[in-house]
Amino acid sequence: MAVETKAAPAVANHKEMLISGSEACAEALTLADIDVVTAYPIRPYDTVMQAIAKKIANGHLVAEYIVAEGEHSQFEIVKHASTVGARVFCGSSGVGWMYAMECLVVTPPLRVPMVCMVGNRALDDPGAFGVEHNDALVVRDLGWMLIWVDTAQEMLDTTLLAYRIAEDRRVFLPIAMSADGAFLTHSQALVQVPSKALVDKFLPRYDRGDLLLHPDNPITVAPQANEDWVIEIRRQNDEAMKRATTVIDEAYADFRKSFGRGPENPWFEEYMTDDAEIILVGMGTISLPIKVAIREMRAKGKKVGLVRPRWFRPFPTERMVKALSRASAIGVIDRDYSFGSPFNSGVVANEIRAAMYNADKRPPLLSFICGLGGREVTLEDVHKATDMCYAAAKSGKSDLKTHWLGVRE
Amino acid sequence: MAHFTCEVVYRGIFQKNLAARICRGIVLSARKAGRWGIAFGRYGDSPQRNGIPAKDFAIVADSQEELEQNMARYEPKEVDVTICVDDTLSKGVESWAWYGLQPINRLTVPNGTVLMTSIQSPEELLKDIHKKESPYNLALVRAKASFSGLWVYKEDHTEARILGALAKIQPNFLSLDAVCQAIREAEWGSDLKVQSARKAYERLETRPVKIAEGNSEVPYAFEKPKWWEMREGVSIPAIPIGKPMEGGKGYVPERNPYFKKFTTRTMRPVIDFDKCVKCTLCWLQCPDSCFDVTPDGLYDANMESCCGCGVCEAVCPAKECITMVSEAAFDDNASQWDMWRKDKAKYTAWMTGKINDKKTVVRSHGFRFRGQYEEEIGKDLDMGGIEITAGIPGENADAKKL
Repeated sequence: MAVETKAAPAVANHKEMLISGSEACAEALTLADIDVVTAYPIRPYDTVMQAIAKKIANGHLVAEYIVAEGEHSQFEIVKHASTVGARVFCGSSGVGWMYAMECLVVTPPLRVPMVCMVGNRALDDPGAFGVEHNDALVVRDLGWMLIWVDTAQEMLDTTLLAYRIAEDRRVFLPIAMSADGAFLTHSQALVQVPSKALVDKFLPRYDRGDLLLHPDNPITVAPQANEDWVIEIRRQNDEAMKRATTVIDEAYADFRKSFGRGPENPWFEEYMTDDAEIILVGMGTISLPIKVAIREMRAKGKKVGLVRPRWFRPFPTERMVKALSRASAIGVIDRDYSFGSPFNSGVVANEIRAAMYNADKRPPLLSFICGLGGREVTLEDVHKATDMCYAAAKSGKSDLKTHWLGVRE
Repeated sequence: MAHFTCEVVYRGIFQKNLAARICRGIVLSARKAGRWGIAFGRYGDSPQRNGIPAKDFAIVADSQEELEQNMARYEPKEVDVTICVDDTLSKGVESWAWYGLQPINRLTVPNGTVLMTSIQSPEELLKDIHKKESPYNLALVRAKASFSGLWVYKEDHTEARILGALAKIQPNFLSLDAVCQAIREAEWGSDLKVQSARKAYERLETRPVKIAEGNSEVPYAFEKPKWWEMREGVSIPAIPIGKPMEGGKGYVPERNPYFKKFTTRTMRPVIDFDKCVKCTLCWLQCPDSCFDVTPDGLYDANMESCCGCGVCEAVCPAKECITMVSEAAFDDNASQWDMWRKDKAKYTAWMTGKINDKKTVVRSHGFRFRGQYEEEIGKDLDMGGIEITAGIPGENADAKKL
């Protein structure tokens, strides 16, 4: 099956720019008119910090740009700035993100709608700076909303959407936008950048309302809380995360209205899944080689499709189950690891297994780990995974193992 | 199958080691009869802060299984014996661990026992101890509150005496012989301490307390909100700024209505308003902002927010204007300035009575000079083994001598 390549349609009130994923993020931050940004360099996140600095230096953005002495302070500063009503941005990568952990854990219960970018990076050994998703995934249980993008355009759009969603009073939770190191943060692509007028219509001012720390609204934030309070605070967090599902649907619908583009399904991208026998699942730029391989396989008559999760938190359980149930076999390719987990799978595979547990139809699910540390995910890797999925579809059984692809053995 | 549960209510820092030793002693004594036991502190308490009311517990049982239900909770729902090693805690307890004031006998089971060290009479104590909806016993070991620091331990035999008294109260669980054996074998034991335990056993005074007896004040309390009633973002309303006291004059700061913390107090300032020079130092230096500014420019320590730290007495430049007096000498939190304003002669008589009573102005906690331990120990065990020393020898003891 040949795939027709179309020229990108011109979009009204947009200008086209050749920029990296990080620069696309900075374009969106300028359009969102952020107030406070904190920075501390670590590759590959530092590209966005440089891009914002340039925006400010060139007079395109007026914002407080604070260079912190480490990621811990970096995230602490924006957390406080947000409580006094500032729209904030922050970011990090790999072990830098881990160094900020003490601040990251308290940001959701304090209901701080911080938006940050995680330039996904391996959690070292020293000097390992290729992409792995374990860095952003460490906050997956803590009340952070998590999204993975796969193009510079999606980075820009998601940044605008992230402020709209996080700053909704029903939510007030932080969002970490994950961009694969190098492939997205450092690669330039053609991006449609909307006009400020369009963005202003889409994105209201950040109004912290009753939670604003201000002399006119005297409150104390984060007093000592013991066992008489903590479970109630967690329950509030739980409810906010549930409400985020509605808010995300609303925001994407409005985004399409405002900008004349954007996905109908905010939660995950479906590529050639309508008639797919095998559905592969992968987050981030792993989608790109998978799509190429799918086109090759389709040309040979193999009906293969891709589901690329965007939102990992909140996890779109029902929709994901519905999309995957119709396949004869599912192959989840994780760019992360979870040593010692059930079946020694990656995080995404086990989340999907859990989601499918009560599904009426449960196709065999195969689990793969690939592309760690920035290793290229090759077409051969995808073909190999697909072949194994076909075998499972035929037998109707999963081998309940996790297969490492592209590792020397 | 039976078990015995006991709490020790104590003062943070000063009695942390004492409470822990009593609870260890209970378990080790019960072990002599083949029983099982656990000793633990209430985790949410803050026993690392001076004077904060805190709790330790000991539970002994016939079987390990019976202990299990108590091993993953912060505190038992009820106790057979409440041990209180500072009688100023008889006014109630507000810890860091909960919200509102708890009567000292709150966890005591019906017909259980409140065992206190005190030199007050039961009648005096019952002015402070809140009424309970069931009868119980008040047992007294004649002793002053045993205070030491975090790193030192005052070997004044209080722990041995408490254990001896417990053997009288709960002979089924702790026989006197078992207690004595445990004390002798314990890391802190001695034959002298065994003698103290036997004396306490013999001399324990127990008085039944009827339902109608006790302080009729309803302790302040509040309902904790449901999760959807709570403000989001781990936020609470801030304390608003204060107001003039009356007629647009003076100043009374707003205070936290949910956390009064005055049960931290072991001594309170008694103020001679006629000697006040209005220098503002007590008001400025008080770490708890407990002073109200009166319309006539005096400073009245509000007894619902005073923690009894004594900073005001230390910074006051006027001679004998502020004197710290043992909390045991008071039965309410009434305003001293109000008393003084209504009847100056009556107030002066009241105040003089308090500050001239040698027993009430003694330093209630801490070792203040080298050799104090030797001086205090071994004297008049029935009264707590502590010689009453007025003031701080070498500092202000001479000025306080009668």
